[in-house]
Amino acid sequence: MEHAVETTLTVNGTRVTRSVAPRVHLVDFLREELGLTGSHIGCEHGVCGACTVRVNGEIVRGCLMLAVQADGCTVETIEGLSDSKELAPLQKAFHEHNALQCGFCTPGMLMAAQDLLRGGKKTRDEIRAHISGNYCRCTGYQAIVDAIEKVMHGQG
Amino acid sequence: MGKAELPLHAPGTEVDRGYIGQSVPRPNAQRLLQGRGAFTDDLRFPRLAHVVFFRSPYAHALIKSLDLSAARRAPGVIAVLDGRAVAEYCTPWVAVLAHLKGIKSPPQHAIAIERACWQGEAVAAVVAESRSQAEDAAQLIEAEWKELPVVVDMDEALAGKNVIHPDFADNICFKREHDTGGVDDVFARADVVVEDTFHFGRHTGVCLEGRAILADYNAAEHSLTVYHATQAPHMMQDIFSRHLNIPEANVRVITKDVGGSFGIKVHVYPDEMATAAISVMLRRPVKFVADRLESFLSDIHAREHKARVRLACSKDGDILAFDLDDLTAIGPYSVYPRTSGIEGNQVVNLTGGPYKHQNYRAKMHVVFTNKNVCCQYRAVGHPIAVALTEGIVDLAAQKLGMDPAEFRRRNLIGDDAYPYTFPSGIKFEKLSHHKTLDVLLRTMNYAALRAEQSELRKKGIYRGIGLAAMIEVTNPSPAFYGVGGARISAQDGATLRLEPTGMLTVLSSVTEQGQGTEGIFAQIAASAVGVTMDKVRVITGDTSVTPYGGGTWASRGAGIGGEAVLLAGRALRSNMLDIAAAILKVDKTELDIAGNAVVHKLTTEKKLELAELGRVAYFRPDTLPLDFQAELTVTRHYTPRQYGFTFTNGIQASYVEVDPDTGFVKLLKHWCVEDSGTVINPMLVDEQLRGGVVQGIGAALYEECLYSPDGQLLNGNMADYLVPMAGEMPDIICAHVETPTMQSQLGAKGVGEAGTAGAPGAIMNAINDALAPLNARVTAMPFTPERILQALKKVD
Repeated sequence: MEHAVETTLTVNGTRVTRSVAPRVHLVDFLREELGLTGSHIGCEHGVCGACTVRVNGEIVRGCLMLAVQADGCTVETIEGLSDSKELAPLQKAFHEHNALQCGFCTPGMLMAAQDLLRGGKKTRDEIRAHISGNYCRCTGYQAIVDAIEKVMHGQG
Repeated sequence: MGKAELPLHAPGTEVDRGYIGQSVPRPNAQRLLQGRGAFTDDLRFPRLAHVVFFRSPYAHALIKSLDLSAARRAPGVIAVLDGRAVAEYCTPWVAVLAHLKGIKSPPQHAIAIERACWQGEAVAAVVAESRSQAEDAAQLIEAEWKELPVVVDMDEALAGKNVIHPDFADNICFKREHDTGGVDDVFARADVVVEDTFHFGRHTGVCLEGRAILADYNAAEHSLTVYHATQAPHMMQDIFSRHLNIPEANVRVITKDVGGSFGIKVHVYPDEMATAAISVMLRRPVKFVADRLESFLSDIHAREHKARVRLACSKDGDILAFDLDDLTAIGPYSVYPRTSGIEGNQVVNLTGGPYKHQNYRAKMHVVFTNKNVCCQYRAVGHPIAVALTEGIVDLAAQKLGMDPAEFRRRNLIGDDAYPYTFPSGIKFEKLSHHKTLDVLLRTMNYAALRAEQSELRKKGIYRGIGLAAMIEVTNPSPAFYGVGGARISAQDGATLRLEPTGMLTVLSSVTEQGQGTEGIFAQIAASAVGVTMDKVRVITGDTSVTPYGGGTWASRGAGIGGEAVLLAGRALRSNMLDIAAAILKVDKTELDIAGNAVVHKLTTEKKLELAELGRVAYFRPDTLPLDFQAELTVTRHYTPRQYGFTFTNGIQASYVEVDPDTGFVKLLKHWCVEDSGTVINPMLVDEQLRGGVVQGIGAALYEECLYSPDGQLLNGNMADYLVPMAGEMPDIICAHVETPTMQSQLGAKGVGEAGTAGAPGAIMNAINDALAPLNARVTAMPFTPERILQALKKVD
């Protein structure tokens, strides 16, 4: 049996304690141990952004952080930010602009977009630059940029 | 048939188009926005086993021995299996089709036996209680190999010095020649002849969700339920049944949310067949999800062509003939069951497609190599045919000193010329090349853009404008696969059921991969029946539940599946009016359905809520006449038959700036004008176009699977294989011409592949337009900075 480390973290407002093997990624922990399958696994090497979650207020790649590193941390996922309604304006704008097709990148994309919104108004090029760490094969990105822009300018 | 005009309601009724033509947001997107979809890897099962594959590190090698003993002793391991063990449960396949005359391919097993033919081919399977345990155990497999000669170059494969498959005399999978005759004469007489050779890199789909399958065998029932991220559930039901020897009625394929497909998920994959076989063998649910690294090694690759093309034209600018020689390589096996001969076949069918010339000759070879397999990927053959056609057309215009737009206008098939048979033999029902060209030039303000380009050149800024006209295969009849013996349905079905509450349930055999199938079917059903969209629920992706059909591929879902929904909706509406007439004791012709109620046709006065109609029909049929039976479930099917394919047309333009010092290409803007017939949801159609264009941009500028001379994939990860990201992408302006197909009442043609088909050619022409004053030209995709600097003779 692999050496396990007792790890306690707060996920979407709920305190959880588990014995976790040190090699388990945060996103695997969220998906497999907690059943929070909204964070997706796209590349497992930090490029695609599908596993983006928020740890202590900052967005991180869930595949580049170990679960044991999140000991004592506050983690927020797509499920939590949906229930708290924090993402509601972006989700509405994404829906209206069809800024998602298959939806696999969408949770990570929303996480990245919400992070940008917290930093004030940006140009269209700045929006494109900010979400350039999140891969979407379906949309061509334009509708995503449109949706973020709309919320950013208070029309969401 | 043949009545393409709207409205979409029962004959004789006076109602508007309903939701057709409206940009309605997709109802099914809500769950995905909250991360509450159900992708295959999200499903949870008791006693679920995880399988991973031990893959060949060599491109071509004999398996001298496989020592599985250490892996079998590893923690959590349930089974470790070689090819022979899996072959006892899964028969091999040969991917040929009768209408592709002479196509050949050797038998392929779920797991390779004796020999691996590409780096990444699975040679053993490890099953464990967790994926990490299976991956750990796979590291303990000891293999001894004898390396065999490797064929990676297309020309070497064609020359056949080393033949990959011992049972064959050469490396030729398939070849085709087509000749209208008279081509040599036309070229001899022509005022102007241009020739060039175009290279297209091998690339792959990079669906964000890896291929995923969860097979659950029930030994008591001898039944297999497969949760599968696939585009064609019924095709897979047939395949699992025949190759695992389980009666088809006992096989159920369920497709939940799919994280992108683009043609990647419409093929039979050996590792997926092995997963299903292992579930049968172990009598428990087994899951396989391809990780990103093995996706690059085992998802189908596509393209990889070298095409020489010649064009003859008169000094006045009339195109007289095309002459094509295409060579394409597909890896060691033709992919089952659609074969890997279709892409090359399409290139022959489509090259020169938008133009009026009458003479055409083509030669095409599909060869085996020791790289990963290639097969149909979004826009199959079109990006090749469009780019080489439009590349050589631009070269001819340049030689003649004609404006590329005017040269096209002179040569595009006239909008009044239909029906039309193209020299390759394909038939066009009705296209609108000149209308789309007009809309494009107006939308992009072509003249002003040319003036701006000219001004900027004086300042040493090199901008280019590239056009690409195209035709596109959509709504295929059985001519695509069925006639060749493949058990792939060209028809689709829809069942509509009015529930007692007045809700409408729609079941369709077309699947949803994010393109919006379920949304547009809700729009069509609501419009045809006369209810609001919130009353409609759409169910797809379950062979035990939906009607039988082909699924999602070849831009067919809206045109074929949508027509079935429309026909079923009209029939259900008629049945509902029969019931209303019986309840209200009035003549049916006095009634109509609108806004979730039966209304008086002339006064639109509300007569009966649909919930009341449902209540009476289901719970109080005793109150209806004795000889009356209510029928509130209706199924209809549709197959296009008059034409082999319902061709669409479109034209794209790209505006780029090339930096001659760095070789970088900046995409400034892109335009796409498309005629896809009746537009059901303009927003979704535009988004299909935009997503497709960006996939085509990937092919043109970034994406290539690079192999070493010994057949090793050198960039099989997302850090080294570049895909389009938001920062580099331009805004894409879409516009439409609507020429409905007269083959169906809906009039919809396909649109899902158009963007990908046209974008690479438009970008190539724009880059070459920018480079023209510098006497440089590029013809090998992707157009990397290095290749552009080579063309400028700034690097070797």
